[in-house]
Amino acid sequence: MTRAVIQALLSHWRAHRLQLATLLIGIALATGLWSAVQAINAEARASYARANAQLAIGQFDELRDPSGPIPISRYVDLRRAGWQVAAVLEGPYRVSGRTLRLMGVDMVAYPALPGVTEAEQSTAPPEPADMLTAPGRVLASPELEPLLQDQINLPPILTTSALPTDVILTDIGVAERLLNQPGVISRLVLLPIQPRDLPPLSQIAPELERVSPSSQVDTARLTDSFHLNLSAFGLLSFAVGLFIVNGTVGLAFAQRRGMIRTLRALGVSMQRLVWLVLTELTVLALVGGGFGLLLGFFLAGALLPDVAATLRGLYGAPVTGQLTLQPQWVLAGLAMAVFGTLLASGHALWRLSNMPLLEGPGVQAWQSNSRARRIVGATGLVLIVGGSLAYVSIGGLVAGFILLAGLLTGAALLLPALLAMALSALARTARGPIAQWVWADMRAQLPGLSLALMALLLALAANIGVGTMVSSFRLTFVGWLDQRLTSELYVTARDADQAHAITAWLRPQVDAILPIRNVELSHETGPLFLYGVVDDPVYRQHWPLIASTPTVWDDVMAGDAVLINEQLARRATLWPGDELKLSSERILPIAGVYSDYGNPTGQAIVSMAQLDHITPGTETRRFGVRMPPEDATAMAQTVRDQFDLSPGTVVQQAAMKAQSLAIFEKTFVVTSALNVLTLGVAGFAILTSLLTLWTQRLPQIAPVWALGLNRTQLARLELLRSVLLAALTACLALPLGLVLAWVLLAVINVQAFGWRLPMFIFPWDWLWLFLLTLLAALIAATVPAFRMLRLPPAELLKVFANER
Amino acid sequence: MNVKTLLLYLFISFPLPLWAQGYAGLGGSAEGFNEPQSGYAFDFPKDHGPHPAYRIEWWYLTANLRGEDGRDYGIQWTLFRSALKPFETEGWQSPQIWMGHAATTTPDAHFFAERLSRGGIGQAGVTAQPFEAWIDEWRMAGPDFDTLTLSANGEDFGYDLSLTAQGPLVFHGDAGYSVKSADGQASYYYSQPFYAVEGTLRLPDGDMRVTGQGWLDREWSSQPLAADQSGWDWFSLSFEGGDKMMAFRLRGARGDFTSATWINADGSTETIPDGSIQMTPLRTDQVAGRAVPTHWRIALPDRDVDVEVLALTPEAWMGTRFEYWEGPVTVTGSHDGIGYLEMTGY
Repeated sequence: MTRAVIQALLSHWRAHRLQLATLLIGIALATGLWSAVQAINAEARASYARANAQLAIGQFDELRDPSGPIPISRYVDLRRAGWQVAAVLEGPYRVSGRTLRLMGVDMVAYPALPGVTEAEQSTAPPEPADMLTAPGRVLASPELEPLLQDQINLPPILTTSALPTDVILTDIGVAERLLNQPGVISRLVLLPIQPRDLPPLSQIAPELERVSPSSQVDTARLTDSFHLNLSAFGLLSFAVGLFIVNGTVGLAFAQRRGMIRTLRALGVSMQRLVWLVLTELTVLALVGGGFGLLLGFFLAGALLPDVAATLRGLYGAPVTGQLTLQPQWVLAGLAMAVFGTLLASGHALWRLSNMPLLEGPGVQAWQSNSRARRIVGATGLVLIVGGSLAYVSIGGLVAGFILLAGLLTGAALLLPALLAMALSALARTARGPIAQWVWADMRAQLPGLSLALMALLLALAANIGVGTMVSSFRLTFVGWLDQRLTSELYVTARDADQAHAITAWLRPQVDAILPIRNVELSHETGPLFLYGVVDDPVYRQHWPLIASTPTVWDDVMAGDAVLINEQLARRATLWPGDELKLSSERILPIAGVYSDYGNPTGQAIVSMAQLDHITPGTETRRFGVRMPPEDATAMAQTVRDQFDLSPGTVVQQAAMKAQSLAIFEKTFVVTSALNVLTLGVAGFAILTSLLTLWTQRLPQIAPVWALGLNRTQLARLELLRSVLLAALTACLALPLGLVLAWVLLAVINVQAFGWRLPMFIFPWDWLWLFLLTLLAALIAATVPAFRMLRLPPAELLKVFANER
Repeated sequence: MNVKTLLLYLFISFPLPLWAQGYAGLGGSAEGFNEPQSGYAFDFPKDHGPHPAYRIEWWYLTANLRGEDGRDYGIQWTLFRSALKPFETEGWQSPQIWMGHAATTTPDAHFFAERLSRGGIGQAGVTAQPFEAWIDEWRMAGPDFDTLTLSANGEDFGYDLSLTAQGPLVFHGDAGYSVKSADGQASYYYSQPFYAVEGTLRLPDGDMRVTGQGWLDREWSSQPLAADQSGWDWFSLSFEGGDKMMAFRLRGARGDFTSATWINADGSTETIPDGSIQMTPLRTDQVAGRAVPTHWRIALPDRDVDVEVLALTPEAWMGTRFEYWEGPVTVTGSHDGIGYLEMTGY
């Protein structure tokens, strides 16, 4: 008996191959997009964890000097007082236009690093004499070897796979030479075993601060928001994919009602039927999920390099562009596929199990009453209010996403009610019976289409919201770049002496030379980079302040105040009028806050004289040069030739802008890719819903046809219906999208990146999207319209012959 | 860097008695390094200081102490120098590597600590006059070699002691040229075995005032062991009546090589050649998973010496990067006394 039932169930899919394909595609799309995002996130997180473990970051307390580097003599003082510390000197190291992180550790004292252990366990372990004495050795990942090979400055390279791909590891003695910082230490790592009777730190090195691992910069924490963002998109895609599954399964069940009635009549118990259908759905989910995983894997592989580039550019987070297949990822993906499929089929399955034995193919099968619609609508309202309340009461990034989820699902649930209201209003304007029938028919179809329309609403709103955010960000960013990059040339000298020589040589030939000098301090919210500026009109005219006191520049240039960037202002809730502690004895009032996009860390600006007070003796090696823009290219070349500087050390403003913009574009590649995919999936959902409805259309259309409307007219009306509903949905999606954009710009961005962006409106984009929606609806309706055109009149007549 | 593997490699490459474990590279040539020569005229105080042109060198102090509580204690304070290249430079890239070991042994416990540093930056080193040997906060220093203060700290122990020499320096082998194998490998080796010691031990249970006697060994070389030698047993014994004896046995595949110095109470010495002294393990104990002889019979028929040497506690295992046993002993038999025993390669 079971075999016979299985054969009967399978016969449906044999007869409806397209439907089977649609169902599988739906499951595959939902699983694929979700899994791709999961794979990307997992890979990135694994990269951070690996990098931290490989560099022993976050395992030990550290000592840092808030005012700058630590001299070797301080290290010896601490050691000779018994403090067991290991010295680290690190800094950026530029190789052929790429900035790597050079980490020099005291290889005699530093705790075991996996990279070194691996090198030592290799077949040709490095000689200690080679590692510790000149010229030394550098350790780097095999990916870096081609890049480093031809560098004449670098000592011989040892490759190890146990290092992040952007790190060069070496002994501190080698690092001092490569970084040109002899005799200094960036930070001291406090080793786990300390002797008894240690004198307090304040006695030996009062200027040093002890930093616990939790307050050291944690890449994972820094990038959490980015991953949350991706996850939200993945979940959205998953939801939209499930709409397809829902539509297809609904259609399949509707078409099978006759068969099921026959099976029941033949004595198959409902329980057995439900179990078999459940098994059937699970198998389908596994097959579709399998395809989805394949899709997800390739999608993740294609997107990961861009995500990696984004994370590196935005946070300096080391992520490799390579994907590894994890078993738990496969299992989670398949589980999501089964869970999603059953969830999307739940309604259909429930109705199947409650189907009265003798009920015929339901004319009312897809209808629901207005009471149900009101309940759904009310639930939507509750969700919107709940989301808003959650945000107001909890705050933070997660609450921001709860707000988003509440708004989106709430609005989606409200959609049928709103559409019904709109259609009722339109129906009142109808003149003549055909028009009245069209409106009434549309309202009647609404329940069957509402899920697909919800998918469309969500996709459109996400498109408008994210599009507005990206475009607003882009506009702001470009304007900000123009304000920030005011000098025509940016020069980095090898050392202070060369910097003197270059400025002396340049001064008579250019408008102004603006030294750029910075030191790294620490603030309770993380590292704080303090910059010194000289008084030049360019700052007063162009610097992008978002909040300031009336005398901001006078105060800052007089050394009486400090400017901070928006990230620091929002993280530490510091605004003009508050005070910033720069060192133990120097606290300055904040005179202004400036926008500083693309920078994850806190920043502050003081006058050059004030910077000298705070960290005496810092050398100026970088400066901006103001000059007529048309001469910049020639001057850059002359400076390079005259002082034997590499191309990367003399950068033109235009090149810098282009580079910044390129990083920016890459940041949103993933976002727009997911955006386009969701819209595609929504269009597909409409198609499947229309096909589902089609089976129930005949009894409704036949009387109209009999009353004199021909098939061409009916097909046209079919198209019109789809387009109109899509248009109505798009109109409702616009305000939702704008609210979404506002939440993204004013809530999510502030929480995730630390900056708030002004919102710009792009009506032409909306129009374009509107047309695209109509086109999608038109295409989706084409199939049923064609069927209508080619429907043999006999089929329509059968409705009256009661032969269906 | 991972000091463990680095220094294992670093120190194991050199044929040090302490870490000699039959390593294949033991007989490696000492390219660029000076070699000890017989007939060397010591130059003090300069020779109390480091000799960077030699590969390996140490300042090795052990002391047998008695506490106010009447119990016996022992301490060790050692500074090793190992050169990657035969010179010294300023800064991190100095090729001189320093390693310190400190230990305190009580009748029922053993505490030890280890320190590593490189030369060139002032974290560790030795100056001859005034004398100072240090690594981190560990320090052995004084106006001269005869009057020293000594301190070291570990996680759970520490000590502050003062040392006063009661006799002259003692030279081993042929006037300080100490042969270490039948093939002629040798080192420069002299001792100050006559320190009177007093001070305080800091132990987990509290401080303990102690007095006793100390023995400081100075040795430097570039290649002191033969390729087949796998470890050694070294004794420094002080007998009641004032006589002392230093004796060692280098265990090798081609047979043992023994050497000893008899030190009279007035500091005059007699060198005892290979084969004259008999050293027989009587009992082994399981320490740190190894069978270590902690009870010995030492016989020197020429001088009517026939004694049993018994470890104060078998637990005196130095679980440092290169493990060995080093602890205080008591002597009974034809002569009674105290001393220190060091055993490597077990």
